[in-house]
Amino acid sequence: MGKNVPAASGRALRLRRHNSKSTIKRWFPLFVLPTFLCFIIGFVLPFYQGITLSTYNFTVPNFGDTLVIPNADASAVQMESVGLQNYEKALDAGFMNAFWNTASFAIVSIVLINVVAFAIAYALTQKMRGSNVFRTVFFMPNLIGGVVLGYIWNLIFGAILQEYGTYLTANATYGFWGLVILVAWQQIGYMMIIYIAGLQAVSEDMLEAARIDGANGWQSLFRVIIPNVMPSITICTFLTLTNSFKMFDQNLALTGGLPQIIDKEAMAKINSTELLALNIFSTYNTSKNHHGVAQAKAVIFFVLVAVLALTQQWATRRKEVQQ
Amino acid sequence: MAKKTPRIGKKYTVGSTILTAFFTVLCLVWLIPIIEVFINAFKHNNAINLDAFALPTKETFVGFANFVKGFTFGNYPFVKSLLYSLIITVSSVALILLFCSMTAWYIARVGSVFSKIFYYLCLFSMIVPFQMVMFALSYTVDRLGLNTPYTIPVVYLGFGAGLAIFMFVGFVKGIPLDIEEAASIDGCGPVRTYFKVVLPMLKPTLISVGILELMWVWNDYLLPYLVLDINEYRTIPIHVQYLKGSYGTVDLGATMAIILMSILPIIIVYMFCQKHIIKGVAAGAVKG
Repeated sequence: MGKNVPAASGRALRLRRHNSKSTIKRWFPLFVLPTFLCFIIGFVLPFYQGITLSTYNFTVPNFGDTLVIPNADASAVQMESVGLQNYEKALDAGFMNAFWNTASFAIVSIVLINVVAFAIAYALTQKMRGSNVFRTVFFMPNLIGGVVLGYIWNLIFGAILQEYGTYLTANATYGFWGLVILVAWQQIGYMMIIYIAGLQAVSEDMLEAARIDGANGWQSLFRVIIPNVMPSITICTFLTLTNSFKMFDQNLALTGGLPQIIDKEAMAKINSTELLALNIFSTYNTSKNHHGVAQAKAVIFFVLVAVLALTQQWATRRKEVQQ
Repeated sequence: MAKKTPRIGKKYTVGSTILTAFFTVLCLVWLIPIIEVFINAFKHNNAINLDAFALPTKETFVGFANFVKGFTFGNYPFVKSLLYSLIITVSSVALILLFCSMTAWYIARVGSVFSKIFYYLCLFSMIVPFQMVMFALSYTVDRLGLNTPYTIPVVYLGFGAGLAIFMFVGFVKGIPLDIEEAASIDGCGPVRTYFKVVLPMLKPTLISVGILELMWVWNDYLLPYLVLDINEYRTIPIHVQYLKGSYGTVDLGATMAIILMSILPIIIVYMFCQKHIIKGVAAGAVKG
């Protein structure tokens, strides 16, 4: 089976072909092992531990009111298994507020981003001067990170609201719509690129046939083009849905969850513009005692994102044109 | 079929001229946030607070003073965070591209139970939000001593493997086996077959995966924040986030200068390879 044995006959040749799988298999330590080990460290193990940690309560003896640094010495922490108690605590006023924020944010941004991105993509695939330059410009915000974007828009919203004698974190409405504008500005270009790729794949013959049959512009848009770009719509709604549910950096840098308001029913302070991911993070940073609850929130968050993503895939895939 | 063909007529119509005019205006509006950063980076701090939209005048223009201040502003040298960002991004993306494409080839060519399980785990990892694993991850990474900028690429390879392997497997499955068989007849073992034959064919996918991972790692805030000792090591997003917390009142001029310095390299790179980037994103999305 040596690598350099010359193929002597047709039979030997076929044998070598037949054995190629097992020859590759021998190189498992080089081809797969490094990735697999990192995957275990970076994903499998933390995922498993994440589930277990969510059933523990953490206490620190003589714990002060200092913020807990994630990398702090873990030896002083006492762990106690508490079953599903953390899950009961997880659905607190802050989490529910963050959930409704996230849900409304997701709906608004999915509709806004996809409609605008599709419209721009549709216009830019028409015969028109400067189409490539426009694409470049619309896509550009994607290259800038969420935290930096948050600061840029912080400045802009601050300057605009200053004219009216107010500021961004004065109330939750400003923060919410501010985030919507920021994220739309960032993601429209990305979705536009995907829609353009989809639109360019719609066959000319089909559009020509529709024209000959007397279809007007709107009819060919809704009856021919949109059904044929359903795969792009699936991808873009999937991406905007998961992006808005996982939104963190922009939320942190733009408002950081502020302003704080008091929830009258729960008699607790909540961060009014917090989305789910930020709520998990800030719960974790409250104190060591909250680590178990924060992890329980994270598990609920994961289940939510997974169910939504799979449902969305199933729902839109059914609408795609079978070819 | 993918060839671009004009939809309406052969000449530019009046409608298309109106469309061009409309989009020119829209693009200028689109660029306002970036122009804002550029203008304000050269203005005095007080002038930004007063009116952020005004162009710099003789009184408010401060030249490169904000940039000079920006280099030391925020209790942490900007150059250091730029350097760490570069080290982490380049090594992580290189590691992901090399090892994930190798693994993907193995998975696509060896249909064993193990490769199937690994592949489905990768798919699964793509729908798991980072928040689910981040607390345990920071703990594990700490325990293993992987909490430096030089070892963090291991963590990026681990968490980023899912998407990369998924995309590479999709592409490798489309490569006809004959080419690799021909290579093996010519006496190439799996390693040479992979590096001499398969890898060059993977180039378009390497570019699109590379771009997606590049955008992720360069802009990532949470992973380095949770994993690294932030008093010692800061990446650019962490540096920017900490500008707000480091002083009572923020020096907006210096902040804008730092933001400009951190987005300028990306915009310059984008200007030179925007065709690849846009194509890469489109190709990546169609596969996903």
